[in-house]
Amino acid sequence: MGNPLMATLTTPSELAQRRPVFRAGGRFDRLVPILTVVLAILVLWYVFAVILNAPGEIDRAERVGHPLSFTQTITATMDARRPVLPAPHQVVAELWKTTVATPVTSKRSLIYHAGVTLSSTLLGFALGTALGILLAIGIVHSKALDKSLMPWIITSQTIPIIALAPMVIVVLNAIDITGLLPKALISMYLAFFPVAVGMVKGLRSPEIMHLDLMHTYSASRAQTFWKLRGPSAVPFLFTSMKVAIAIALVGAIVAELPTGAVAGLGARLLAGSYYGQTVQIWSALIMASICAALLVVIVDAVGKVVTRRMGVQP
Amino acid sequence: MVNTIDSTDAISDPFAAAGHGARPHPPHRSEKVIEAKGLDLTFQTGDGAVHALSDIHLSVERGEFVSLIGPSGCGKTTLLRVIADLERPTGGTIAVNGVSPAQARLARAYGYVFQSSALFPWRTIANNIALPLEIMGFGRADRKQRVRENLELVNLAGFEKKFPWQLSGGMQQRASIARALSFDPDMLLMDEPFGALDEIVRDHLNEQLLRLWAKTKKTVVFVTHSIPEAVFLSTKIVVMSPRPGRVHEIIDCDLGEDRPLDIRESEKFLEIAHRVREGLRAGHSYEE
Ligand SMILES: Nc1ncnc2c1ncn2[C@@H]1O[C@H](COP(=O)(O)OP(=O)(O)OP(=O)(O)O)[C@@H](O)[C@H]1O
Ligand SMILES: [Mg+2]
Repeated sequence: MGNPLMATLTTPSELAQRRPVFRAGGRFDRLVPILTVVLAILVLWYVFAVILNAPGEIDRAERVGHPLSFTQTITATMDARRPVLPAPHQVVAELWKTTVATPVTSKRSLIYHAGVTLSSTLLGFALGTALGILLAIGIVHSKALDKSLMPWIITSQTIPIIALAPMVIVVLNAIDITGLLPKALISMYLAFFPVAVGMVKGLRSPEIMHLDLMHTYSASRAQTFWKLRGPSAVPFLFTSMKVAIAIALVGAIVAELPTGAVAGLGARLLAGSYYGQTVQIWSALIMASICAALLVVIVDAVGKVVTRRMGVQP
Repeated sequence: MVNTIDSTDAISDPFAAAGHGARPHPPHRSEKVIEAKGLDLTFQTGDGAVHALSDIHLSVERGEFVSLIGPSGCGKTTLLRVIADLERPTGGTIAVNGVSPAQARLARAYGYVFQSSALFPWRTIANNIALPLEIMGFGRADRKQRVRENLELVNLAGFEKKFPWQLSGGMQQRASIARALSFDPDMLLMDEPFGALDEIVRDHLNEQLLRLWAKTKKTVVFVTHSIPEAVFLSTKIVVMSPRPGRVHEIIDCDLGEDRPLDIRESEKFLEIAHRVREGLRAGHSYEE
């Protein structure tokens, strides 16, 4: 039924109006506030490094009989051997030394340790995400599971992981399960929660009208799941996976503490505090944050690509 | 053959009878597509019962274009949803194609068009139109052909790869009509499909719908607030009145099959419109 009048309603100009508007200077606008905050943190860090390290340095100088002038004190706090709070450039130097200047295969390489922690993080994250999705599917499709599982899921997260981790690790070690898996299980324990909660919300997010539409087609539950509930839940999934991967890393680090593990960022933290190596502690800490940020950014980027392919309005 | 509302439970396998891609032929033993007798529906809500439909008698013949018109809240949507098995009546009987609404739904008796297009935002226009086909198990080649045909039917050829947000409201609504038509149901149930569109777009879509109806001989049940729209499109206008919703008057609308837009200036058109307006007014007045 070719109606020329209809055709005029669907001219390309109608489409052109709906194209996203390009925003100029968006990147620069975003960078300025971030850099400002970074700068403020660095300034504060230096100030506190001086304040916290000064008493120790003054003490030591007095003990050897060479009292320090004001400027000498400041300089000393910037380069203390065992600072209470290492100055940022000390941490950067240590990071440089243990990443770029050390081969990855060496036990002294921070990249090696990060790799150990990351592998259990990723395994735990994958397991946790799978578990979270399965639980959510069960909860959304069964009233009984909703009633019986949800309270337990919430209770599980009220147990402090720092108390639970040692028990799990020790018990698993006792039955000869060691290495990657016990750590991954702790990560999974933390990671499944946001995914389960987010996916329950996501799978329940379709509009009533869309559900009604599926009903008019006499769609089965499985069809409604694959064609409606699942796609609707995708944005929720990525939001909760961003939280999940960050806490999976926390779980992996915590899981490295109780056994006095020899490798991993947690082991570095433990060894550092054992020997009062604050610079080592801080560089491990910074490394952990870098890993967390990278992981979150990667999940976010994958999420953006997926939702873009699903036709989300840019 | 009229099923009581208690026996609306489903046939076990909706697609067994249909096979792949093939639509079961509607039972010809009854020319009555919809037959409602003494239909009653009360919603139980948190703050009391809402009597939405009361003693509705309605019969729709094959090939008719029936409009439901009435003030807001008089139960037009509810009645349409009962026909579509989206709502269960609390009293009376209803038969669709001679069977219960649930059985009719399983036999793909109707395509439903909502007030908003209800397209899935993550599917392209072509994939949106293919949605019911995928669910109903049409083969890939068949799906492709039906999508193309129905896009052409609603004048959306060339837009198959666009996502819904890239289309205007009128185009989206046309896509949703194409989706409802894609599996070739014998009946279209439309709930104010053009309610949110401006008058000019609405006029064009009305013309298109009318031609589509003349060409396909489908039965249409059409909810609207607009008197001219109802008179222009219908063969029969059901005037409803509110609280509780009931059928106030049924007005025949015999303007013939060929209805150019300017038929709306004709004497006969104005006379029917006048009767509908009077009916709406009378239905309202004995409320107060
Ligand atoms: N799911 C529901 N639960 C409770 N009450 C409902 C429900 N759906 C509709 N109603 C009530 O039933 C009555 C009829 O509603 P309905 O939507 O059928 O009216 P309508 O004629 O379609 O109105 P409109 O023209 O505004 O769309 C209204 O009073 C409404 O509040
Ligand atoms: Mg309505």
